[in-house]
Amino acid sequence: MSGKKNKDIFLAPFSKDNPVIVQILGICSALAVTAKLEPAFVMALSVIAVTTLANFVISLLRNTIPPRIRIIVQLVVVAALVILVDQVLKAFVYDVSKQLSVFVGLIITNCIIMGRLEAFAMGNKPFPSVLDGLGSGIGYGLILIIVGFFRELLGSGTLWGFQIIPQSWYAANGGFYENNGLMILPPMALIVFGIIIWVHRSRNKELQEK
Amino acid sequence: MENLLSIFVKSIFIDNMVFAFFFGMCSYIAVSKTVKTAMGLGLAVIFVMIVTVPINYLLNQYVLEPGALAWISPDLADVDLSFLSFIIFIAVIASIVQLVEMVVEKFAPALYSSLGIFLPLIAVNCAILGGSLFMQERAYSNIGEASVFALGSGIGWWLAIIGIAAIREKLTYSNVPAPLKGAGITFIVTGLMGMAFMIFMGIQL
Repeated sequence: MSGKKNKDIFLAPFSKDNPVIVQILGICSALAVTAKLEPAFVMALSVIAVTTLANFVISLLRNTIPPRIRIIVQLVVVAALVILVDQVLKAFVYDVSKQLSVFVGLIITNCIIMGRLEAFAMGNKPFPSVLDGLGSGIGYGLILIIVGFFRELLGSGTLWGFQIIPQSWYAANGGFYENNGLMILPPMALIVFGIIIWVHRSRNKELQEK
Repeated sequence: MENLLSIFVKSIFIDNMVFAFFFGMCSYIAVSKTVKTAMGLGLAVIFVMIVTVPINYLLNQYVLEPGALAWISPDLADVDLSFLSFIIFIAVIASIVQLVEMVVEKFAPALYSSLGIFLPLIAVNCAILGGSLFMQERAYSNIGEASVFALGSGIGWWLAIIGIAAIREKLTYSNVPAPLKGAGITFIVTGLMGMAFMIFMGIQL
């Protein structure tokens, strides 16, 4: 019985309860790091790690946290985890960590994490909380990777730094193609995002707002 | 003086928190349905920003930076606490927000009733933490510059949320395709506003 429920907890955030495009949480970082696929992927992994661990820790502590100061306690736990992630990124993928700049720190205020802690980890046992954190993190990561894929492909003609659009297509080499420079600028992230929401909601009619 | 003015204008228009860095998007989308509530949140953000950034600036300068502890004793000159900055900044922000909430409740009940519900939201608004982190990354040379940057960023955020709220109030009369209603169209409109703000990009002050 609990097996089915746990599966639900884990899978719901992928699509019909996606934290980014349905609940509109954690947008700041989702938009800012997606000009290229690689930072988007690293960011997604970092957020998955932080949500999962933070959900686990808060769920263990849930009966000892006084309700009045719970936000501060949660922030401190999350901040400690983010420091760990930041140090790990600086040690192993220094270039990406430089590109992400302040956005690693901003994982602390990523609303997905606070939202899951408030809504789930404060009232549930550690194991479901871990699943919930993992599910939400992956749901967030999926969107990041979709946005990053389109922005890098259309904006720079590359994926993960590798050239995808053949060089001979470019107008500079006598072809017909030109990269859409607008895609890597901030406003286009918002518009790509709006389009993803559009597609997603026209397939899931129950999510449409009145 | 000119330098301060340039930081001020730059942080409002060119490096606008919302359009250039997407800071505080969650509350930007969630609280922009009417101009009145948007105004409340915007003012609260400006206020918390100009309080927390200078405090974090001082902490960064005298506690966190490599060698910052030298003022206590020369032995501490090679201590580098900068890895603690996230936790210190967020602790300062969360406690200042709590403090501001209590002070405002006690001394300005009218302001509290209009701002009050937004204050707890602000502790987790990325614009505030982003302000402190940018202040650290850009290494402003004195507290005046840091405060002006904070004021400018706060005003920039306020301007953005007022703008989108006004547009969304008008949008309720338009015939938006059903799947785009609410969040979808807000993103696209914000994108268009962002493009409009891009005209400031090349300006050198």
